[in-house]
Amino acid sequence: MIAEAVFYIFACILIFSSLLVITARNPVHSVLFLILCFFNAAGLFVLLGAEFIGMILAIVYVGAVAVLFLFVVMMLDVDFVGLRKGAMQYVPLGLVVGGLLLVELGFLYFAWKPAEGAALTLAAEITGEEKSNTHAIGSIIYTQYILPFQVSGLVLLVAMIGAITLTLRHRPGVRRQNISKQIRTQPQDAVELVKVETGAGV
Amino acid sequence: MVEVVLFHYLTLAAILFVIGVFGIFLNRKNIIVILMSIELMLLAVNINFVAFSAHHGDLHGQVFSMFILTVAAAEAAIGLAILVTFFRNKGQILVDDLSELKG
Repeated sequence: MIAEAVFYIFACILIFSSLLVITARNPVHSVLFLILCFFNAAGLFVLLGAEFIGMILAIVYVGAVAVLFLFVVMMLDVDFVGLRKGAMQYVPLGLVVGGLLLVELGFLYFAWKPAEGAALTLAAEITGEEKSNTHAIGSIIYTQYILPFQVSGLVLLVAMIGAITLTLRHRPGVRRQNISKQIRTQPQDAVELVKVETGAGV
Repeated sequence: MVEVVLFHYLTLAAILFVIGVFGIFLNRKNIIVILMSIELMLLAVNINFVAFSAHHGDLHGQVFSMFILTVAAAEAAIGLAILVTFFRNKGQILVDDLSELKG
C-alpha cells in the first residue's frame, strides 16, 4: 500500500518535472527541474531495491552533471529569448514522432512476454538479505565485470582529457610567470655595461 | 490501489523517453536543453534496466545501468565543453550555426 503510493508520487513528480525541463523558458529553471527529476528517479531506484544505483544517481547526476549544466548555463551569456523564436514550428512534427514512438512502445510492452526458461539463465541472482545491494554489485563488478569496469574508467579519463583540451586556451598578451626562464637568466642577459664618456651622457 | 509491477515502471520509462524525444523537437535551437533531453532519455533507459533487474532478480541490469551512467556523464562533459568552445567562437549557441562542416 505504502509502496504503491510512493511509486505514484515519485512517478507523477518525475513526469511533471521532466515536462517542465523541456518547456521552461529559462534554462536555469530547466536545470533545476532536471535535478528534481534525478532525485525522483533515485527514489524510484531505492523503491526497486537498487540503492547503490539510486545513490550514484543522486551523487553523480545531481552533484556533478546537473551542476555542470548549471555552471555552463550561467557562464554563457546567451540570448535565451531569441532561441525560442520559431520553436513552435516543430511542435506538430515532434508530437507525431513522440506519439508514434509511444504507441510503438505500448505495442511492444503488450506483446512482450519473457522467453521460455528465461528464469533459468539468471547470471547473478539477487539473493535474500545476507548481502547488501552495494556488496552484491561490488562482488560482481570486481570479478566478472572487471574489464568493462576498467574500460568505463578509461572512458571517463578520455572524457576528462577531451573536455580540458577543448576548453583550454592560451590568451595572447597575458604575461605569466615562467619560472624556468627566470632561473635560466644569466647576468649578461639582464645587465648591460656601457662605457660612458665624461660629460657626454648615454 | 493497483499493485506496482514491472509494467508500471516500463510505462513510466516510455513516457519519460518520449518526453525526451519531444524536448529535442521543442527546443530545436537550444543546444543546452537538447543535451538535457538526452539526459532524460538516458534516465528512462536506466529506469528500464533497473526495473527489469528487479523484476528478474538479476543484478546484471544494475551493473549495466552503472555503465550507462558513466557514458552519460562523459557525454555531458564533452558536450558542454564543445558548447563552451562553440560559444567562444560564435557568441551564440544556435544549432543552425553548426552547419559549417557540411560537405
